[in-house]
Amino acid sequence: MSVSGHRTRRAGAFDIRIVIAALFGVFGLVLTGMGLFGTSDADLEKADGININLWTGVGLLVAAALFALWTWLRPIIVDAEAAAGAGRD
Amino acid sequence: MTLVADASLRLDAGFWDYTLIAVYFVFVLGIGLMARYAVSDSLDFFLSGRSLPAWVTGLAFISANLGAIEIVGMSANGAEYGMPTMHYFWVGAVPAMLFLGVVMMPFYYGSKVRSVPEFMLRRFGPTAHLVNAISFALAQVLIAGVNLFLLATLVNALLGWPREVAVVAAAIIVLSYITLGGLSAAIYNEVLQFFVIVAALFPLTVVALDRVGGWSGLTDGIRDATGSTEQLSAWPGNELAGFDSSVLSVIGIVFGLGFVLSFGYWTTNFVEVQRAMASKSMSAARRTPIIGAFPKMFIPFLVVIPGMIAAVIVPELAQYKEDQSADAGVDYNDAILLLMRDLLPNGMLGLAIAGLLASFMAGMAANISSFNTVFSYDIWQRYVVKDREDGYYLRVGRTITVVATVAAIGTAFIAAGYSNLMDYLQQLFSFFNAPLFATFILGMFWKRMTAAAGWTGLVAGTLSAVTVFVLSETGALDLPGQGSAFLAAGVAFVVDIVVSVAVSLRTAPKPATELVGLVYGLTPKENLRDPRDRDEAWYQRPGLMAGIALVLIIVLNIVFF
Repeated sequence: MSVSGHRTRRAGAFDIRIVIAALFGVFGLVLTGMGLFGTSDADLEKADGININLWTGVGLLVAAALFALWTWLRPIIVDAEAAAGAGRD
Repeated sequence: MTLVADASLRLDAGFWDYTLIAVYFVFVLGIGLMARYAVSDSLDFFLSGRSLPAWVTGLAFISANLGAIEIVGMSANGAEYGMPTMHYFWVGAVPAMLFLGVVMMPFYYGSKVRSVPEFMLRRFGPTAHLVNAISFALAQVLIAGVNLFLLATLVNALLGWPREVAVVAAAIIVLSYITLGGLSAAIYNEVLQFFVIVAALFPLTVVALDRVGGWSGLTDGIRDATGSTEQLSAWPGNELAGFDSSVLSVIGIVFGLGFVLSFGYWTTNFVEVQRAMASKSMSAARRTPIIGAFPKMFIPFLVVIPGMIAAVIVPELAQYKEDQSADAGVDYNDAILLLMRDLLPNGMLGLAIAGLLASFMAGMAANISSFNTVFSYDIWQRYVVKDREDGYYLRVGRTITVVATVAAIGTAFIAAGYSNLMDYLQQLFSFFNAPLFATFILGMFWKRMTAAAGWTGLVAGTLSAVTVFVLSETGALDLPGQGSAFLAAGVAFVVDIVVSVAVSLRTAPKPATELVGLVYGLTPKENLRDPRDRDEAWYQRPGLMAGIALVLIIVLNIVFF
């Protein structure tokens, strides 16, 4: 199939890493908040004494930071050669 | 698959749980919208413009398979059979994924075909192509319906929504992000889904392990419940394979599950292969299944182990495991849900529900996005309306996505009435894959194989699998457990090879010039390399990474022997 005309190429739509960082950031904030302020003794009892909301929340915040860091350190570079030749048949 | 849908599964979701679920869906739809701006031609829509990095396609590769059947089904198998369930991952997936990356991907990606059926067309001509394209397209719509039905059942059981509402709501969400962003939206959502599932299942597993008293608590619990240690070691897995003899059981698992069933599924199923075809270079395409293999070997620790723990610490399930009576009000398929109900406080509960919903929708999205590619390129463009401009086929792709989703909703409602029927259908479709693998592997390595052999082998192999299946369903062949599925796949494979060879020897082969890039031995080495891959680091070399994965999988098998 031929693709007529010139096409502009964006950097792979958008960077999924920053989307993951944003989602985990929001999840992390909510869960950390619930772990700190909204955990009853019944909740603790349920999860066998572990404040699972707090731990997961903190874990998600760390993961969010790592994804953000990765995005920042290794940004997507638009590869001109790949953009021109990539499998257009 | 059936879930016991009574009030015992109802989760006590609160405001914050719904908030987390809502946030997740905003992201899902947002990805569809953002991906929309990257779609400027049909290749963007159907194959993401062949531009994605390998880690993205690699995670999407396993995520597309990490649907309802995987999470609910494999935790159920864990609860029922214990450690031998690991074979579905370590024997039944990883070796085939490595084989796809190392041996087969150069031909798929290097020949620039846009779908697995198109490879069929180039190698064997229109008859084999039509057989393959139509059976694949049909299977995908039906399986999408099954996924939709399971999702609705789950939402109904967990949150109490009516099934009809859940079916339509989920279908609309999937439809909107795929029609907007095409394969990119599906793949990006699969990557997101992968991390959300891990974020949901990892804490659940940790809490469950803590509750059961660590690894020793789990092994003690299972030994006490079953009276033996059989469920604590992966081999020989007699119960799983359904053979009394340990030797037959090992042969069944290695050849039936490990070779024919899994190679058929992972190497020829376009739902999977499409993810690799969307990657940005030859090396990235080859690394897609290899990168996927690493998380794949550790997923069972988050799926099978919680299932095993559930059968020890959830009272209803422990009782069910003991006497298999319906009085318990639950069955193995409920394992992971019961665990969520008993262990997770509000907050984590919302994350876990979001993870499960994500996985079920991604399964359906993967079916739909591979269906629309095969329908538009392989059926519509090839046989119905040829030689139109590219924008026309892009519109066809978007339109057919809507049609497929509506058809899937229809299938979901049929499935609601005949849940056993859908089980059978799904099993039948898995049999299409075994002969397909035989045809592909023979076609890729034997240049003498002819076009006529391509389709006759496929048809004969599929028919023989169906015959074995019918014989065992009617009781003429008596094999419990997974034995009949293993046997059907094995017979299909052998019949396909025998028929293909016999027909090839009596018909004229295609000229060698037409087979360049499609057959090993006729393809110059340069065709299998990609100039964009010159500056590879060691961790970007497919062969080396596949070797590391293979060593790891052997170590895992020894540790849990």
